[in-house]
Amino acid sequence: MLKLPIYLDNNATTPLDPRVLEAMLPYFTEHFGNAASRNHPFGWQAEEAVDYAREQIAALISCDPKEIIFTSGATESDNLAIKGVYEMYAQKGNHIITATTEHKAVLDTCKHLEKQGARVTYLPVNAEGLISLEELEAAMTPQTILVTIMYGNNETGTIQPIREIAAIAHKHGALFMTDGTQAVGKIPVDVLADGIDLMAFTGHKFYGPKGIGALYVRRKNPRVKVTAQMDGGGHERGMRSGTLNVPGIVGLGKACELARLEMAADTARLSAMRDRLEKELLTLEESYVNGSVTHRLPHVTNISFKYVEGEGLMMGVKDLAVSSGSACTSASLEPSYVLKALGLSDDLAHSSLRFGLSRFTTDEQIDYAIGHVKEAVTKLREMSPLWEMFKEGIDLNSIEWAEH
Amino acid sequence: MAYSDKVIDHYSNPRNVGTLDKSKKNVGTGLVGAPECGDVMRLQIEVDEATNTITDAKFKTFGCGSAIASSSLATEWLKGKTVDEALAIDNMEIVEELALPPVKIHCSVLAEDAIKSAINDYRVKNGLPELEMAKSHH
Repeated sequence: MLKLPIYLDNNATTPLDPRVLEAMLPYFTEHFGNAASRNHPFGWQAEEAVDYAREQIAALISCDPKEIIFTSGATESDNLAIKGVYEMYAQKGNHIITATTEHKAVLDTCKHLEKQGARVTYLPVNAEGLISLEELEAAMTPQTILVTIMYGNNETGTIQPIREIAAIAHKHGALFMTDGTQAVGKIPVDVLADGIDLMAFTGHKFYGPKGIGALYVRRKNPRVKVTAQMDGGGHERGMRSGTLNVPGIVGLGKACELARLEMAADTARLSAMRDRLEKELLTLEESYVNGSVTHRLPHVTNISFKYVEGEGLMMGVKDLAVSSGSACTSASLEPSYVLKALGLSDDLAHSSLRFGLSRFTTDEQIDYAIGHVKEAVTKLREMSPLWEMFKEGIDLNSIEWAEH
Repeated sequence: MAYSDKVIDHYSNPRNVGTLDKSKKNVGTGLVGAPECGDVMRLQIEVDEATNTITDAKFKTFGCGSAIASSSLATEWLKGKTVDEALAIDNMEIVEELALPPVKIHCSVLAEDAIKSAINDYRVKNGLPELEMAKSHH
């Protein structure tokens, strides 16, 4: 029996893989030691587990285990990286380059620094959600200390040209940071080959636990340093104080190991399911994929259904747990800033659905989702005066709407 | 957002979805709202000119569940009413019937506007003076 609702919101968070949970459990009870306790076996065991997790993580992203700084999640990692670089490299300059489609953890951190004197360039994106390398190059100045561009977008799955961006940043003497939250564990990320100096990521986006994340900080060519944002015991090479979350770290390590071993198989299966879902939904007239379909994470599709209102659509697909481009939980009906940055009109942004598949998504669930969305969109269009006008060939822009 | 049972019922089984022939003299059409605001309602009434009674009402709505429910309920209420009785329908009656939360009151306002707009269209078509909109909610 198919259990409803079906969870297809895996860009928001993923379920914990049972194998990850199993690895974590002993570290809550039996091996509860503080990894910073140097004088007894409880501490040594905890430290050993943390060191092992660092190796598992390093193996996934091709770095040195010492380059991993544990944090509470991607938001903290983004904050630590951007604020930490801004403070550490203040003598060199105050200019940061980012993009309009970044996550709020990056955008709001940049806005915070602007109040403290930073100059921030927000690069626009094209209709596919990609930044322009020429515009990036043109924005670089001698004062540019950091370029921070996300690896894969959380709403559309669009993957930026990371290597090319890193090369431009380095050519002008700036560091390159990426928010790897949606990409790590999903697609091959190689910090050496990609030229990444700092990278934020978190466990719960790829079947690990919530509340544990990491910041990769390069130690060689160049040696990157960030100013700590919390004072305390000087853990994590002085960059992030606080007793290590040993069970979480063990879980993150295990999630990385599973991702490394199973990524190829997961990607093949998920992209096939995603493509089938997308192809079927695009058989509905006036439906459009948002973002790039060629540079995209394998498990994501974001589709707008024209002439259907977003909140009504969400109500119609109640058997699916998905996200919409409509901020319908808040009183303000602000559509997604990411979709608007791609050039979508408000109504198309509102009527979008984001599907995020996971390792645990089944073909049966996708079959159900296809039927359910088609039925909801068709029903709502039969009820929509805009759809009727469109079908009659009336140009909606020619109508004088009574704004309210 | 949690919807009331009545909103869910009207959303799932909308009453009187459809289109009346707007070229007919005894059909009044109201089209209110705007696509970029997220709500467009089209409400139509067919009037028996002899008795001044609404014999049929249809709607089509682009909007959230509450907007769909408000217009569906409005068409139910309109049938059998005289035009004057229809004019007296107040948006707060819709709010009460559907238990709309404060953020959705505008859906009921739009439904009331749609009723008045349809009646005005009918009046103008039949040589009667256009009514001033009694309330301005905007």
